[in-house]
Amino acid sequence: MRREGSAFAGLGVVMLKELSDHLSGIRMIVLEWLIVLMALGVVYTGIQQIREVSAEDPFLFLRLFTRAGEGLPSFVSVLSFLVPLVAIGIGFDLVNSERNQRTLSRILAQPIYRDALLFGKFLAALLTMTIILVALWLMVIGLGILTLGLPPGVEEVARAGAMLLVTIFYAGVWVALALLFSIIFRSAATAALAALGLWLFLTILWPLLSPYIAALFVSDTVSTPSDLLSHLSVLQAFARVSPGALFGEIVGVLLDPTVRSTQQPLLASLGLALVQPGSIPGAPLPLMQSLEVVWPQTVAMIASAILLFVIGYVIFQRQEVRA
Amino acid sequence: MNADTMNADTVIEAKGLTKTYGEAVAVDHISFTVGRGEIFGLLGPNGAGKTTTILMLLGLTEISSGEVSVLGFNPAREPLSVKRRVGYMPDAVGFYDGLTAAENLRYTARLIGFDRSEREKRIADALDRVGLGDVAQKRVRTFSRGMRQRLGLAEILMKGAQIAILDEPTTGLDPHATSELLAIIRGFKAEGVSVLLSSHLLDRVQSVCDRVALFNGGRIALMGTVPELGREVLGAGYVVDIEADGAGLAERLTLIPGVSGVERTGIGKLRLHADRDVRPEAAVEVVAMQGRLKYLGVQEPSLDAIYTRYFATKAEEAANAKEGARHAA
Repeated sequence: MRREGSAFAGLGVVMLKELSDHLSGIRMIVLEWLIVLMALGVVYTGIQQIREVSAEDPFLFLRLFTRAGEGLPSFVSVLSFLVPLVAIGIGFDLVNSERNQRTLSRILAQPIYRDALLFGKFLAALLTMTIILVALWLMVIGLGILTLGLPPGVEEVARAGAMLLVTIFYAGVWVALALLFSIIFRSAATAALAALGLWLFLTILWPLLSPYIAALFVSDTVSTPSDLLSHLSVLQAFARVSPGALFGEIVGVLLDPTVRSTQQPLLASLGLALVQPGSIPGAPLPLMQSLEVVWPQTVAMIASAILLFVIGYVIFQRQEVRA
Repeated sequence: MNADTMNADTVIEAKGLTKTYGEAVAVDHISFTVGRGEIFGLLGPNGAGKTTTILMLLGLTEISSGEVSVLGFNPAREPLSVKRRVGYMPDAVGFYDGLTAAENLRYTARLIGFDRSEREKRIADALDRVGLGDVAQKRVRTFSRGMRQRLGLAEILMKGAQIAILDEPTTGLDPHATSELLAIIRGFKAEGVSVLLSSHLLDRVQSVCDRVALFNGGRIALMGTVPELGREVLGAGYVVDIEADGAGLAERLTLIPGVSGVERTGIGKLRLHADRDVRPEAAVEVVAMQGRLKYLGVQEPSLDAIYTRYFATKAEEAANAKEGARHAA
């Protein structure tokens, strides 16, 4: 049985209304200041470090994103930690607030499908995240130009732009998750608590737990280099359950052209270097090859955002309208 | 089913409409029609299936079996056509608290797809009609329950709906707000808009409904105009009360054709049971005897009485059936 009309009738109207709610809400102002102040703070301290240490770095500008000040996290780590928080802050009450305000059945009695309502809400939340992240990104670049006194190169801008895009996908995963929770839980407080709980588990507990779980699946004896690499692969596979780990792997490669594999940082922490046949250790990779290295991770991240949205969509379609 | 095969004066037609949730039956093979410009009441206790029926009419919940046509459209297959022409005010309607009354309506108007100039005119007209013109720029957060309900009606007016479906429109309102709301609902009828309203408050709704359907346990127990139901359930129709003096008046009144009985209810007070409205004849008799007529009135059957009597009878029958079964065993 085919439905009449477009599933997206009213999509733009819903999106604009939601966007204006997000941008004018007090909650958004708090979240924006939180992320902007923290991110600019760590970038500023990072710059002090860059000035002291590096004189001849060909990718000096990218260090803005990855170099941390004394005892502080880097800009990228701050994003990895705070983007989920802001996304949850935007998304945890998208659908259940319509139920609790008793507006859902009234809006759905207008000539639109549920698809338009849900998709419009998702797009508006993602667009809000994009606005925040683009503004932040421009501020960091601007701060860099002012304090370092030199303009970024084309490749640096391209790599930083790719990082921005990946950060938006990363935000998409968390917006979709928050939206899903706002569909499942009728109470906004429960949805927020569940989403924050999952966020804390995935960002703090899971990185500590996953090596132990991975250890159950690999043999203890590592005799050949290929044993070691497969050991690391299992370790990574478990760590990647957390979207933060995927994000870290991707930006680690994008922002440092000398990184040739997502396993390289793990090897370095064991005091080993990755030597690929025919390559000069420490030589920078061209941008396209860096992108190729992280392409699977990026696709996995986009796919998990879509999957979470689809699960929410199916549940929402099957829910009864009445409160 | 399409517009051609439907009676031109029928706007809603349901046949054997059924909704089941797993084993539980929420609405059980109900059939009814609503005519153009008619106010039709779905009455019954909470949980009797009224809201589920309404949601099926709007295509907001799936129909388990049966057929329904709203203005010639099938709500399951053509929900947008139905929702474009039908206004719906849910039970305890809600609005976005942070937006003003006009902004709330503007959002709905955009969803419907009115263009800018038409939108603003319709919004202003609708708010004036329900008496919210002065508070159009106030946030809905400050509105009382009655004002929110009126804003809900304004939304239906703005939409220019041919059918207004109102779920429990008067619940939780004070008597004054209820009267205001019922006046607006009568205004719908005056413009040829059909109204389908549900309620569990019988006597307030009785005053506006042309026809009612009494729901019980997912079925329509009774349907018709209130006097029809009164005769059907309460038995031989009319009860006329008279207060007058005059010796032998009771005997004279018994002779009026159609009167089946006269009883004394107090000093100088009589009650006539008749199969029609005998007030004119009774007045003539009193005057002919040179009695002084102080009061003459006919009791309207009340929905409350009909409802109570009907379900009391049902319960009795059920008890008797059980008794009978036990004796048989």
